[in-house]
Amino acid sequence: MHKKTMTTFWTLALGLLTAAGLSQTGTAHAQDEEIKIGFAMFLSGAAAGPFGVPARNGAELVVEALNKGEFPAPYDGKKGINGAKITTVFVDEASGEVVADYRKMVQKDEVDLVIGYISSGNCKAIAPVAEEVERLTLFFDCGTPQVFEDVVTDPHYLFRTGAHATLDSVGAARYLLADKPDTGSIAGINQNYAWGQDSWRDFTAAVEALKPGVEITTEQFPKIFAGQYGSEISALLTNPADAVHSSFWGGDLEAFVLQGAARGLFARTDVILTTGESAMHRLANQMPEGTVIGARGPHGVFAPEGPMKAWLEKAYMDRYGVRATYPTYKITQAILAAKSAIEMAAGDSMGMPDQESVIDALEGLEWETPSGTVRMGIANGHQAVQGTAYGRFKYSNGEATVVDMTRFDAECVMPPDGMDGLEWIESGFKGAEDC
Amino acid sequence: MLTYVAIVLDGLVYASWLFMVSVGLTLIYGVMKILNIAHGSLYAIGAYTAASLVGAYFSAGYVPVLSFAVLVGAALAAGLVCGLVIERGVLRFMYGQDEVLMILVTYAIFLILEDLIKVFWGVSPYFAFQPYGMLGNFDVMGLPYAGYDFLLMGLAGLTGLGVWWSINRTRTGHLLTAVIHDREMSTAMGVNVKRVYTVTFVIGATLAALGGAFTAPKISVTPGIGVEVIVLAFAVVVIGGLGSIGGAMIGALLVGILRAAAVHLLPEVELFVIYAVMALVLAFRPYGLFAAPEARKI
Repeated sequence: MHKKTMTTFWTLALGLLTAAGLSQTGTAHAQDEEIKIGFAMFLSGAAAGPFGVPARNGAELVVEALNKGEFPAPYDGKKGINGAKITTVFVDEASGEVVADYRKMVQKDEVDLVIGYISSGNCKAIAPVAEEVERLTLFFDCGTPQVFEDVVTDPHYLFRTGAHATLDSVGAARYLLADKPDTGSIAGINQNYAWGQDSWRDFTAAVEALKPGVEITTEQFPKIFAGQYGSEISALLTNPADAVHSSFWGGDLEAFVLQGAARGLFARTDVILTTGESAMHRLANQMPEGTVIGARGPHGVFAPEGPMKAWLEKAYMDRYGVRATYPTYKITQAILAAKSAIEMAAGDSMGMPDQESVIDALEGLEWETPSGTVRMGIANGHQAVQGTAYGRFKYSNGEATVVDMTRFDAECVMPPDGMDGLEWIESGFKGAEDC
Repeated sequence: MLTYVAIVLDGLVYASWLFMVSVGLTLIYGVMKILNIAHGSLYAIGAYTAASLVGAYFSAGYVPVLSFAVLVGAALAAGLVCGLVIERGVLRFMYGQDEVLMILVTYAIFLILEDLIKVFWGVSPYFAFQPYGMLGNFDVMGLPYAGYDFLLMGLAGLTGLGVWWSINRTRTGHLLTAVIHDREMSTAMGVNVKRVYTVTFVIGATLAALGGAFTAPKISVTPGIGVEVIVLAFAVVVIGGLGSIGGAMIGALLVGILRAAAVHLLPEVELFVIYAVMALVLAFRPYGLFAAPEARKI
């Protein structure tokens, strides 16, 4: 071979090999890129069955689908999050060491962000710690408005991707009075702790604001996890009201439905269960038809029909053999918020961008979910706002569903930016007079 | 008037349940001087076993009315297995130890059982609602009550009567009484105290499981139900006097009626009333209503 030809050959070969090597290095780099998410939900205790397990199952399902690029549009562009594989760490919210577990996820496991917390008490405990350790944290389910109204009033690292509890109570009051405008009396049975007390306070305030003068016949606050409600049901029957409100959840909700239905309470009065959707498929025909139920947002049977809902329902049923309920929808909503913000912040770069740019992207973010469009609308863009829906339970052809559904826009059930929930209700729903 | 009738009936229903869940606890303490913290877990295992068996029974399409027998069978199976395993496997090695140490031992068993429940049944709720609706409703002055609640009242009465009769009217009961009064003297007189202990613990465990099994149709059987029960059962037996069957009955009635009255007349104090009664009784009778103070032997 000619010397010049030989030189050209070797140069070309070397160049090709180098290019191939570089290309291989690049591929390996893309595969190695990871975004680690720490998840916290109840994996044991009374809240695991109705909330924690559906949330964990949903997280596993959605993460797997995103990693494979199988999640429906508009999330079918980049695999994982921004091309990086999502890896997960799960901790049990019922461990009794909720703050220590959170710190461990951040400091030892070095997660890029935390998504978690069902209990309002745990959210109140974690909120200041998230700001202290300066790690992006998304609350996905807990309801107490106190998180941004009292505990962390100027959040930076902390976000909540689901609506807070004002939505549930205001939505319930609006549904009741729109459906039964002649309602003259109400009664309540709620668990004796922050969630039950706040829910009843907001519900009665909303009813009073919408229809002044409605009488309260009895207010029952049994201990959480009491399980036996015979006396309370008698009190509700001997102090009859046009509607009974309950924010019971989990085993308490199911026991109340079983005992109340057997004693004819549901046949004598309208019963509103603000978390009823989480139990409707399990209770099936044990839930009396006509019971007013909510899903703490437009989740589950209340979610608008679309490809994302269809995918989630089918994938969940195929894998777990049961219907997806609202905790599954809410954790999906949180994961998709993280994906949207990270990809928006990253631009053309690969993997996890710097945390500050993700926070910038999350503030005021608007993103699509199986439950519709959600917006980080209040608490300086750190608290999500979305509409909700209520309907009446119906069991037909072996399937639990809802009829007479009414949807409420976000501005009709959640306060505007800068106003506390109760303050907004007592102002006569300032800015939402046309709802 | 209706309110007062409701207070009495609700109080009796709740008292029946309280007695069912506390009679085993007081029996075991009376004979063995062991405050069995694992009692709550035995209640939960009874409820889970009943829920599983009732579910399988109805799935198989058997005669509905016999599901009550399934509840009893579930309690017997759970009580016998767990009672024997706990007593033969752990407690028999600890007899003669300080009562406080025995509380710690049964607390450890309680923690283990709570985790085992999760291993066997998971964390999702179980239901056994079918028997609950089978007895229909009864109207009392226009106030509907589930027939099942009256069944529970009858069962509690029968259980109390059965335990009382067994202790006071049978030879085994007399041996039990002898052991209660003086374990060493009974041993010296030829009573097989170890066997008495085994039988007592198994009966106590079965009574706990029976409480759980007959509660299962009214509730959603979920992790943690045993924790709630042990606190209430403890309050009831302390009011009545640890180790007193009659005391447990009176304690259950007192708590049941007063709680029902609070729910109907002053709901704000409902949480407080059980512990207020306990505090009041202990202030005047530190050993409870029906337990006599014990003289030190040395």
